Formats: sequence, C-alpha cells, structure tokens
Amino acid sequence: MTDIDPITLSVLAGRMEQIADEMDATLFRAAFNPIIAEAHDASHGLYHAGTGDTLVQGKSGLPIFVGVMAFAVQAVIEKAAKDGDLADGDVYIFNDAHIGGTHLSDMRLVRPYYRNGKLFCYLASVGHWHDVGGAVPGNYNPAATDVFQEAFVLPPVKLVRAGVVNQDIIDILLRNTRLPQSAMGDLNGQLGALDLGIKRMDELLDDYGADTVAAALDALGHRAEALMRSELQELPDGRWEAEDFLDNDGITDTPLSIKVALEIVGDQMTLDFTGSAPQCAGPVNIAFPTTVATAYVAVKHIFPALPANAGVMRPIDVIVPEGSMLSAQFPAPTGGYTETILRMIDVVFSAFAKAAPTRVVANAYGTINALSIAGKRSNGQPWVMFSFYGGGHGGSVETDGLNHGNAPISTATIPPMEILEAAYPVMFRTWGLRADSAGHGAHRGGVGAVYEIEVLEENGAEAFLFGERGRFAPKGIAGGADGAMNLFSYEQDDGWKNPPLASKMRGIRLRQGQAVRLETPGGGGYGAQTERADGAIARDVQRGLVSEEAADQAYGTAWREVTS
Amino acid sequence: MSKHMIGVDVGGTFTDVFILNEEAGTARVAKVPTTRPDQSGGFLDGITREVQDLSEISVVVHGTTAGTNALLERKGAKTGVICTQGLRDVLEMRRRDRPRTWGLRGDFEPIVDRRNRLEVPERTLADGAIRTQVDLDAVRVAAQQLLDDGCEAAAILFANAYANPANEAAAVAVLREVWPNAHVSASYEVLPEIREFERFSTTALNAYLQPEVAGYLGRLETALRSDGFEGEFMIVQSNGGVMAVDTACQMPVRTALSGPAAGVIAAGYIARSAGFENIITGDMGGTSFDVSLIHEGQSILSPQTSIDFGMVVRTPMIEITTIGAGGGSIAWVDKGGLLNIGPESAGSNPGPVAYGLGNDRPTVTDANIVLGRIDPENPIGGKLDKLDVEAASKAIDTHVGMPLGLSTLEAAEAILTVANSRMAGAIRLVGIERGFDPKRFAFMPFGGGGALHAGAMLAEAGIERAIVPRYPGVTSAMGCVIADMRQDFVQTINTLVSTLDEVALMEFMQSHVDQGMALLEASKTKFDSRELSFELDMAYTGQTHTVPVPIAIEVVDGTVKAPSKEQIEEAFDAAYQATFGRLLNNGVRRILNLRSAVTGKRPKFDLATLAPTTETAAKPMAVRQVHFGSDWHETAIYDRLSLPVGTVITGPAILTQPDTTVLIEPDLQGRVDSFGNTIIEKRGSTS
Repeated sequence: MTDIDPITLSVLAGRMEQIADEMDATLFRAAFNPIIAEAHDASHGLYHAGTGDTLVQGKSGLPIFVGVMAFAVQAVIEKAAKDGDLADGDVYIFNDAHIGGTHLSDMRLVRPYYRNGKLFCYLASVGHWHDVGGAVPGNYNPAATDVFQEAFVLPPVKLVRAGVVNQDIIDILLRNTRLPQSAMGDLNGQLGALDLGIKRMDELLDDYGADTVAAALDALGHRAEALMRSELQELPDGRWEAEDFLDNDGITDTPLSIKVALEIVGDQMTLDFTGSAPQCAGPVNIAFPTTVATAYVAVKHIFPALPANAGVMRPIDVIVPEGSMLSAQFPAPTGGYTETILRMIDVVFSAFAKAAPTRVVANAYGTINALSIAGKRSNGQPWVMFSFYGGGHGGSVETDGLNHGNAPISTATIPPMEILEAAYPVMFRTWGLRADSAGHGAHRGGVGAVYEIEVLEENGAEAFLFGERGRFAPKGIAGGADGAMNLFSYEQDDGWKNPPLASKMRGIRLRQGQAVRLETPGGGGYGAQTERADGAIARDVQRGLVSEEAADQAYGTAWREVTS
Repeated sequence: MSKHMIGVDVGGTFTDVFILNEEAGTARVAKVPTTRPDQSGGFLDGITREVQDLSEISVVVHGTTAGTNALLERKGAKTGVICTQGLRDVLEMRRRDRPRTWGLRGDFEPIVDRRNRLEVPERTLADGAIRTQVDLDAVRVAAQQLLDDGCEAAAILFANAYANPANEAAAVAVLREVWPNAHVSASYEVLPEIREFERFSTTALNAYLQPEVAGYLGRLETALRSDGFEGEFMIVQSNGGVMAVDTACQMPVRTALSGPAAGVIAAGYIARSAGFENIITGDMGGTSFDVSLIHEGQSILSPQTSIDFGMVVRTPMIEITTIGAGGGSIAWVDKGGLLNIGPESAGSNPGPVAYGLGNDRPTVTDANIVLGRIDPENPIGGKLDKLDVEAASKAIDTHVGMPLGLSTLEAAEAILTVANSRMAGAIRLVGIERGFDPKRFAFMPFGGGGALHAGAMLAEAGIERAIVPRYPGVTSAMGCVIADMRQDFVQTINTLVSTLDEVALMEFMQSHVDQGMALLEASKTKFDSRELSFELDMAYTGQTHTVPVPIAIEVVDGTVKAPSKEQIEEAFDAAYQATFGRLLNNGVRRILNLRSAVTGKRPKFDLATLAPTTETAAKPMAVRQVHFGSDWHETAIYDRLSLPVGTVITGPAILTQPDTTVLIEPDLQGRVDSFGNTIIEKRGSTS
C-alpha cells in the first residue's frame, strides 16, 4: 500500500466528496418525481471493492442512506460472486429492502468501477421512486402484512450487462408501476449520475494514479475510525438505557417497545437493542441493514463533524437479537420503516442524554406523517397527493428547538402549498404553527404544525395516513418535558373523528368540502422548566406559541411580571 | 457641463470610487476609508477628491451593501404582515428545512414577529377563482393594530395572489390609504410567482428593507444634491443591471447582492475587451472566495438565494458561488489528523496572526506571509505598518506543523495547497454544474487576495491563462459605470402548452415591456440600444424542475406579437435537448412562468484609457526570497502600474500595487496587455 502524505490526502478527500456531490446534483436535476427532485430522497457514493464499505458519500443526499448503501453494495458483491460474471460496464438494480435496507420504494443501482481492467471500487445510486406497485399508490400501505402487499420486489439483477442495457428488465419495471413515465425518468437520472461518477473517477485517477487514490481511501477510513475513537474516549464510561414505544403496527393496537442499552468503554461503544419488540405483522419492521444505518445517523447527529465513511462505525457494535422487529426476516413488511428508525434515534438520544446531556438534543417530532389524499376528477383522471409533514425539533443546551423542521433522517423540504393546490383539487384552510405543542424546559422544544386540508373535488376523495406518536409523546431530556402528541382528525357528515389506531388509517372517505387535519408533535424540552427565563416565557405567550394557562402550569406565574 | 460618470462601491473597509471623464476619455480611481455609521461621508469624500464641482457629474452609480448588511445584521425596520386567514406562519415555517443537516441544533427567528403577522378573511384558489372576497374592514383594523404596535413597514401576503391579484390589490390600496409612509409591499407587486414561502419571504424582506435602504439612499442623494449634483443617481441590482434610485427605494430587496454583482459585470467587460469571452472570476476576501462564471460574455443568473437560514430572496441575481476559503480562513488539523481550511475565519479583524491584533490561529494569509509571497514590510491596505512574520510562523508550527510532523515551511505550503485545492474545486464545480469544461475558461482574480493564487488555479483547475485586471481592487466601482439598466419581470402562467391562451400570455409580455420601457424612459441616462428578452420556465408534466426556454418574440414599435404554440413547443424541445440530451416521447409540455427582461444598453467607455503610458523598460524595485515548492527562490519585485504595455516578466516574480499583490510562479510569466491587464500563463507563451 502506497503511503500517502497528509496534504494529498486533504486534497483527495475534497475531490472525492465532490464526485459524490456531483452525482447527487445530476439526479436531482434530472429526476421526474418530486420525492427525489425536491425532497432529495436519494444518495450517491463510492464503496469498497472488497467489502462494500462506504468510502465517500455525497453531502446533499438523505442522511439515512449514508449507512445503508454499504449493504446494497455488499448484496451486489455476493450476487456477483455467486454468478461469477462481474464485468466492466455492468449495472445492478434492486429494491429488496431485506437485503439492502430501508423500504421497497428505494431503487438501488450499483455499478463496479474498473481501472485498467481491475475492479477499483463500486459506485452506487439510490432514489425513492414515486410508485412501485403494491396495494396503495405511493407504497405506504399501513395495513400490509407482507412485502407483496407493499410493492413488487426486485432482487439484485443486471440491468446493464457490460454496457448493454437489458431492455427486458426495464419492461418488467415499467409494467409494475402506476407511474411508468416517472419511473423511467428517475431510472435515466440514476444511470446518468453513475455515468458521471465513472467519468469523474477516471479523471481523478488520471490526475493522481490509482495507487495514490486507493491509499487515500484507505487512510480516510482509518482517520474516520480514529476520529470516532477519540470522541468516545472523551466521554465517561458507563451503561445507560432508554425505552420508547411505537403506537402500533397498523394491524393490532398494541404498543411496540424500542429499547436500547448504550455502553461506552474506553474508545468503544455498544448499542444493544435487545428487549425491543419482536417482529410484528404490520409494516413497521426494519431489516438489520436499516438498523445499522440508523445507528450511524444517530451517532452522526451527536458528532456532526464525523465524515460519511464506514470507519466511523468500526468502534461501534450494534446488537439486535434474532426475531426482533429490528432484524425482520423476509417477507415481513417494512414500508413504514421511517417511523421505527425515528424512534430508534429518539431512544439513542435519550440514552446518550444520560451520559452527556449537552451533546444531544431532545427528541424531535418523531413521525413523517405520510398522508396521501387521492381520488378521481370529474373527467375520470386519477390524482394522488402524497406528502410528508413537519414538526418541532428538540431543545438543546444552546437554544429552543426549531419550529416546524424536517425529520432527522431526512433533509427533505416540504412542497409549497401553492404547488399542491395548483396540482390537486385541495385547499389548505390552515398551514400554521401549533400552539402548546412544544415540550417545556429551560429551552423548550420547537412547536409542531397544523395543516387542515379541504377537498375541493366534487367526487370527494379518499385519505390514507401513516403516522406515529399518537400515543407516546416526544421525550424531553435533562429534565425537560415531553412535546405534544400527534393528532389526526377527519371531517365526516356527523362531525370530526379520530382514527381508532390513533396515527394510522386507510380508506377515509371525504366529501367535497370536508377536510382532514393533521396536528403534528412538538419537540421535547431541554433542561428544567424552573431554569427557563421569564422573558422567554412571556415572549412565547405574546406570540401565541404557548397559552397563558399552559405557561402558568409549566413555569408558574412569575413571567407575568415581565414587561415587554 | 456634465462630463463625469462615477461608480461608487462601499465596502466594509474602503469606499472605492471610479471616475470616468467622458469628455477627456480618462479615468481615475480613489480609495478612501468607509465612514460609519453614516457611509455618505466617505462616499462624498471619495468623489470630491477627484471632482470638486459636482454639477460636472452626469451620473453616479452605486453598488451598495446597505441592503445585504441590514439583512445579515437584522437591522431592518419593524415590519408587519397582513395575510390570508390560516397562513400567518408561512414565514416562520419556511419550507420545513433546518439550519444544518447534522446535529439538529439551532432555531429560527423570522424578521416579522408572530405578533405582527395578522390574518384577514380572504381566499383565492389556485385557478384564480376568488373563494372569499377580502374583508377590507379587517384590513383597516389590522393596519391600525400594526401601526399602534410601532411597525414602520407593512406587507400584504395572500395565497395564490400570483394567479389573481384582485384581493391583494384591494387590500394594498386600503393599506396605502392608512399607512403614513411609502413602506408598503404587496406580494403580487414584488414577485407574482407561484410558491408562497418564496414570494412571502421576498416581499416581507422587501418591506423590512424599505425604510433602511430608502433612508440611506435618500441621505446620499440629498448630500449629493446639496453639493450641486444635478445628474442621475442609480443603484446596481443583484441581476447586474442598474435601476433608478426611486425603484431601489421601492424594491430594495433587489439590491441584496448589489456589490458583488457590479464586480462580476466589470470582470466580464474587462475580459471581453481583452479578448476573453469565457471567464471564471474569483474574488478572494477575508472570509470567503466568491466564484462566478461568464460564458460568451454573459454572466449566469440564478433565480434565488438564501441570505441566511430561512431568509430567502427570490429575484434574479448574478450567480456567485461562495466557499469559506478567504485570506483570513483558519487552518486547523482535525482529530483524525486531516488538515482543513475554514470555514472558521479570523476575517479582517482580528485578521491573520501576523496582524498582531489578537488572533493566534494560522490563516491562509499567514502562510503567504511566511513563504515570502506577501511583503511584511509593506502590508497592502495601509492600515498596518508591518506584519509579524515570527508570530505567523509560530502559529503555523503549533497548529499545523507539529500535529502533521512538518517543518514550518512545509506546513505553510500545505496550507496553501489545501486552500488552493478548495478554491480550484469551486472553480471546477461552477463550470461543471453548467455543463462547461473549466479548461476552456480564463480565470480572473479580483479583490485584494485573488492574484496571489492565480498561478495555483491554472495548475489545479487546468486553466491556461489568468487575467489580472489593472485595478483589481476597484473592480466593483468600475462595474457600476459599465452596468446596463435592466428590469426583470416574472409572472406565473401554469398551463399546458396545449391549453395555453396565447393572447393572455402576450398581454403579460406587453405589460412587462411597457413597464420596463417606462422605467428606461424615466431615467435621464443615454442608451445605445434597448433590448427585450423573454423566457418561459417549462417542463414536461410530472417533472419538478423547469428548464428556461428562451422565446424569440417579435416586437414592432413596442407592440408584442403573441408567440404560437408551435413556436413555444419547438423552443422547449431545443432547450430540453440541450439540457438533458434527449426528449421524452409522448411527454406533455407545460409552462410554469414567464420571465421578461428589459435592458437599456449604456454606452461603454474604452478600457484603453486605463492603459499604462510608461515606456521605460521594466526594472525590479527590489529582490526578495520567496518560497515555492521546496526551495527559496530569489524573486524580483516590480511596481506593477509602471510596467509598460508588452512587458513580459518571467517568474518567479512579484508585481505590487497599492491594493494587490500579483504572484508569478517560477514556471509562469506575466505579460502586460494593451489595457494594462496582466496575463499570467506558461513561460514562453505568446498571445
């Protein structure tokens, strides 16, 4: 192995990150579906030729993919080893979440990169397609009891064989989606991103030589590991536990435990999820790769300066027993994986807060609230409005939590209300902040949101919700209080109703003029309520973010003496 | 007897003035300290140094950071908002983003307090239908409440006002009746474009800036007039065009990037005069390196920017990419042993370690000083007498050399290598993002520090030539004099091409042309010509990102001829093909927005007036040891401004002038072109 000087290493680290960033940018520009183009639910990177480990990943893609893509590449490495036919110019494609993590909507493309006839590394692209078949448009089927009810399942297969596209695969893909044009646009965008990555790698290796780049990749892994170890070394040794619950699995109304024991010994950390609920019937299971990737996301939120490199995870053990909902087996449904991993991040933060409260933030709103409203227009044309909604972030030692932020696993922005109203027959009666939803504390959580959406189409519509936090509130830390729970309501002829399963429901019939209302959770508070400045309490009341009664109850009445 | 055109750029430290005497065909520059808090002192001081009789001035054009600073420092006016029922929080909810991807920390305070965001009954639907008429009594009550609460400026923000402005227009008329000043904005007037957060944010920020910017420009104009100035006073917009001062007072949000835009305009003109149609500019300041691309003489416009988290301004602006690698950027080694530059910066105060003003962590400038590239005895800018090389060396040793096991000089070279690589990365990226190979571009450094790094950019980004303008330190002030007058307009159309109402589209175009032409007519400026351009934002149905599609429109005697659907479809296919390399079979074409620009081309001055007139052959002023690679080199130092046209200086050499140091590395040469620019290229190159 060539030894590499620290200066060249710094330069190469920047160049390779740029390659991944450019691949992200290429797909965002070209993608047809807004989940990729606007919400950036996609990711690209470079992966180790032998192990599939993440070497470099783009900065703009979805955080959860940073850890999970390595499993996708590993699956392709195994497939190629079994078939014995890996070749330059191949591109593999699959969406099987039990092999590659996350859920079936995420289409993964993996391409080997050869240099002078020798495998150098893999490039991969993942993107959330708009529709991949299954029972529910958009694939968030809250009632699914196996993967086949969620979407069609594609194992790793060769989409491109030594540069020649296998049209058969494309034909199969396009026949299995409700939105073939969108799928084709996204597929082309992903292939384009991989082409660009190959071109940039060629240029990089022309400039620096394969040996130097390989040495840099190796050194970056070691350095990432060293960084992580030095962070852990600074923390106290010990073992801390935290437990939280999912409302239910969408099938049976039973809470599901997510539990972690976090142990730090010297420069090693263990995240042991033993004691979490067993595999369940509904779609909140996750496969083991997703669990490991989630641990990475939690760790990177705690140590934001860590690079997106597998070396970070070397000092960290993730333990999940067999039969757990966090190591679900095929064909258990995983469509709602976002809810489960958000809860995992919450419990890791809660446990970590017991070790070093200033290093973490309190729990964020903890549900993506996948809401779809669908129907037929009077001309017979079907429409599906599908979006995720925001909520409050947790308070931290520095500030109150952010009002109306995006989920910790994502960097997605919400589509503009006017774009939604222009595209679908709906009108937002309210798109606002939700008063009294923040967890109180020295630094309160951010407040959640209220969205009230009226159906304008004379044929009415049908609504589907996949949410969480309807029964268990986002937790405060370091003495801070919990945020408000998620509250979903829908209008019927005899008044407003709430779903029996609190946060999940399908097939809600709405007439023209009727609405659904989503009141999303606020974030948990940080630190004791007694520590909150009276001026801050008074300001929240004046702004209508906290009611007078709630302020009195949480903080006493001293704030009333503040003159603004 | 008005013969002077004057450009003024007010920066954080200096106010630069560029004076063009149109009669004599001569130009001069003045650099005076910026005065605070009232910048008009320095502004007038700079002008009167060169022109005593202000009645001899025909036009003063100002590139201002007043708006930018008010936004960054949150020093705008107390502002109130009247909005659609149910939507008071749009400004605070943003697009559900967060300040940083990792860490989940931080909160956000919108510029309008929730107490001053009031709702009134009204609702327009996406198709323009009025579902609820605006309750004008409620508007009056809300206006009074905002006034009672001390608001100085106000904005009307109604849902879907881009589709039908009737409710907003009625509300803003009532608001203007009762509001005691002119600081009132309505979203359909500022930005009639779909996307409520972007429109509301731009409009609210406009209102927020109105009192501040109008007050500042008013003071300037009064001061100029009272000293006898009778000419036209104009302001540079973020789009690189100028506007009349009245327009700037109404639309101050359009000045958000006024200063940097003027610099890019000048850079483009200088390059073009010197024979370079394609350049990438690099402005290296204390905290950042700002890169911009000019292709075939045209700068690239981007539709919006975020001034800070959650402060989105959507108006066309010259696209400038910023990375945190300036002269004051701090070099540090992370826990994994990797050398990093920035984003933390010592800025210009305390500045580099060598300034001796309290910073003890090494910066990029410190590395340049330790390597002899900056003369410690004669610091540029004139603020300090001497630079502390010793202290800079020590800081580099402590923070970079020792952790990496490098000598002081190796560590200083390492800092520059990493900084140069980041800067070259930015240059590559702006090219690549637009589908251009950066190798086809020349690099133009301007600002104080860029010319020290020009050679490195050639090596790192594979660029053949760098062109250093004769006065790189006053580029923005010069840009003020060069910029054309330009007005941009937008209107959301949102229709399939197949169902387009061509007449309605033509009427929007006509309205844009009429408004733009009226603004040109109202100014007292001479124009060589007037230009119109129209673009449609288009996509296939189902696709999110639009492609800008230029539409060639016939305008006869100021009357716009409606484009045909076929013409629009053909133009879209051409633009889409050029962007994505293919078309979509059976794709349904959709139009989202119309964008129009009306430009008055101002007469240009001949840059040759700035050319050196000296003829004596170049002789070095001194010789100094400068470190390149792994050795010290005996390096000749020249007074740059006295070098005659045609001089070729072979590297290693340093050319100095009061506000800039030009570094010519050992394998390069510097050639003085006929305008006095220095062309840096491989040794032995000929033009």
